[in-house]
Amino acid sequence: MIVLLTNIMLSVIVTSTPLLLAATGELVVEKAGVLNLGVEGMMLVGAICGFAVALKTGSPTIGVLGGMIGGALFSLLFSVLALSFLAAQVPAGLVLTIFGSGLSALIGAAYVGISIERLPHLAIPGLSDIPIIGPILFGEDILVYISFVAVVGVSLVLRYTHVGLVLRAVGDSADAGHALGYDVIGIRYLATLFGGAMAGLAGAYMSLAYNTSWSENMTAGRGWIALALVVFSTWRPFWLIAGAYLFGSIMYMSFFLQGFGIAIPSQFVSALPYIATVVVLVIISSNKARIRMSAPACLGKPFHATS
Amino acid sequence: MPLSAAPDLTDTPLLQLSGIVKQYPGTLANDHVDLTIAPGEIHALLGENGAGKSTLVKIIYGVVKPNAGDIFWRGEKIEIASPNAARALGIGMVFQHFSLFEGLTVAENLALGMNEQRTRKQLRDEIAAIGARYGLQLDPSHNLADLSLGERQRIEIVRCLMQSPKLLIMDEPTSVLTPQEVDKLFETLRKLAAQGCSVLYISHKLNEIRALCEKATVMRHGRVVAHCDPRQETTTRLAEMMIGEMLTAPRPRLGLSPTALPCLEIDRLTIASDRKFGVDLKGVSFAVAKGQILGIAGVAGNGQTELMDALSGEVPSGKPSAVMIEGIEAGHMAPAERRALGACFVPEERNGHAAVPGMTLSDNALLSGYVRKALSKLGFINRPKTTNFAAEVIKRFDVRTTGPMSEARSLSGGNLQKFVVGREVLQDPKLLVVSQPTWGVDAGAAAAIHDALVQLAEADTAIVVISQDLDEIFSLCDSIAVIAGGVLSPVTRIADTTISDVGLLMGAAGGATETDASYRRNDAA
Repeated sequence: MIVLLTNIMLSVIVTSTPLLLAATGELVVEKAGVLNLGVEGMMLVGAICGFAVALKTGSPTIGVLGGMIGGALFSLLFSVLALSFLAAQVPAGLVLTIFGSGLSALIGAAYVGISIERLPHLAIPGLSDIPIIGPILFGEDILVYISFVAVVGVSLVLRYTHVGLVLRAVGDSADAGHALGYDVIGIRYLATLFGGAMAGLAGAYMSLAYNTSWSENMTAGRGWIALALVVFSTWRPFWLIAGAYLFGSIMYMSFFLQGFGIAIPSQFVSALPYIATVVVLVIISSNKARIRMSAPACLGKPFHATS
Repeated sequence: MPLSAAPDLTDTPLLQLSGIVKQYPGTLANDHVDLTIAPGEIHALLGENGAGKSTLVKIIYGVVKPNAGDIFWRGEKIEIASPNAARALGIGMVFQHFSLFEGLTVAENLALGMNEQRTRKQLRDEIAAIGARYGLQLDPSHNLADLSLGERQRIEIVRCLMQSPKLLIMDEPTSVLTPQEVDKLFETLRKLAAQGCSVLYISHKLNEIRALCEKATVMRHGRVVAHCDPRQETTTRLAEMMIGEMLTAPRPRLGLSPTALPCLEIDRLTIASDRKFGVDLKGVSFAVAKGQILGIAGVAGNGQTELMDALSGEVPSGKPSAVMIEGIEAGHMAPAERRALGACFVPEERNGHAAVPGMTLSDNALLSGYVRKALSKLGFINRPKTTNFAAEVIKRFDVRTTGPMSEARSLSGGNLQKFVVGREVLQDPKLLVVSQPTWGVDAGAAAAIHDALVQLAEADTAIVVISQDLDEIFSLCDSIAVIAGGVLSPVTRIADTTISDVGLLMGAAGGATETDASYRRNDAA
């Protein structure tokens, strides 16, 4: 029983971590007033870059860096289209998702069916061996801890630093920011780059920890769920944790229930996380005042300096 | 006309512009403009909308780069590459369209406009110190979204003062202030000037300029047309320099017939505001007869926004009978239904509320005109008719634009205001509710708007003017009521009251101008 419980919790953590990583990145992007719908594409590119680098170097840790860099570079495509050339942000993001799934499949064709070493778990002698708590608190892989550190870091930076204030300001009124002399486009480039790196990290987690192999479209809509999570959190970083673990649990439950052969159509069970996403979004957005108070006012609007 | 005196050789000017040129596609915004500001001088920059004043001050503040010309700061030739550079020199600016961030708090907004960073504690102390010194109270923890225009302007002014500027640029600063607040602002500015800080003051309110400024530069069509000492000139003379032609005296109002039937009746309208620091309307009652112009005065943020929303139907009022238009219960109706009854509305914010900035004037004409002008049929837009309607508004109200197909955002403030007012006036409304009709608008445009409202009243339309500009209410309206803390005073005839009486009523809710913030908190509790 204890073993089962520990396993369930470990699995939930592994399922939730990529959601949390990608959503944290996207939250920063949206706080700067940019709506990048390309999270799914950036995750896939991150997943294959991470996997390929890990395979070539033999080190999953270096693979993780490869995933981040891959995701960040790929997000530049969005920035160039939407921030420099003023393309509408929604289609530019969709381009990223569609192109990313194709590009990753192309690069990944040579890697299908290969399996590699998993990203190592932390092993603190003594602590990691405590039943239940040990493996959950002290025996995770490094990215699980990074995902929490990222949330705390983002929250602190947004709330207490000048950089964070400028980022929020640019997302709230790009024109006013420009009038006061801030480099709106530059700030948005950096935010989008961060979002790309975090999505790449989430993708690398998928191919190096969640699975230890590459398969086409392996993120299976997690990028979209991460986007929904940002709305779910009403742009507050700590709520991302609650959201990611809620959705992670529901996702894991769908596998778990299938494993037990409970008499629910399997299609319904696999659709559960997405149904939950829709339901939660409807409930959240029914409170218009709350959305208005917290959503960045310039979200998704192109900015062009008129001078 | 007296030209500016020969440069005083003993005293280097603080700022000198020479031969500034700024070319925009299609317009020459600044055509070899010269401007000299001495230390400690309060200098007026006068001109109609589109005369190039805003472009010129943006160049001084480093937002816009000139195509040609030199800028000298204390005798040294410099380039102002960015607002940061301007602030580092000691130039502060209060924008006409505030450069503030809706989603942030007062303290955060203040921190963003400064070059040096401060801790929260320092910031709070400084805000309190400046508030006490200049009478500009602010609560740093308030969210901007909950503040009125007057309070927002206070933030901009405090933001500049916190940097101890050497030159303060003020773009139309008094449009949202009460007479008492204006006096206080002038006191602040004179105090600053006495300490050696120069002020570049942009306004169209000629009386204010005559009271405050010692030098004036008048611009027309991008050129400097005159330098003068405004204290030596009459208001009419200044206006003529600015417009370049003779002004006709405002048309006199015909008396209101005492037997006129009521057109709008508001009966104990009570609405709880859904804004966080909004003002609840408490038992507001009044009636407006056909052909009557009722002015509703009040300090910004005392329930005007909520009243406007309730009258236009953007926030339906609880009981249908609370709002009667032409004898029909309309309290539950949405804006389009009220328009069908003959009511038209011009909300306060022209950019984004009265007009969609990114849409053409023709589309904007459709948005409010489709009900009364039948601009669409079976759901299809009658494009020629719509464009004709927009063109008619442009022509009748002398809106300076390239045509009905130009975007609303490309118009200057005064021109867009003429357009949105004209759009409603030409729908031949039976009732017109207009909020801040001449906010940030120059004398020529304001006169045109006032004239249109008077003509409309002669044609038996009932008009409600919600305004913070008492001069406007006193010259335009037949009767007046004051809103304070969401409570409306009884309606009195203009002839039976004075500005100081009204001023007392405006402050009735616990001296709202002085202790605005604390009063609001009590109200919420």
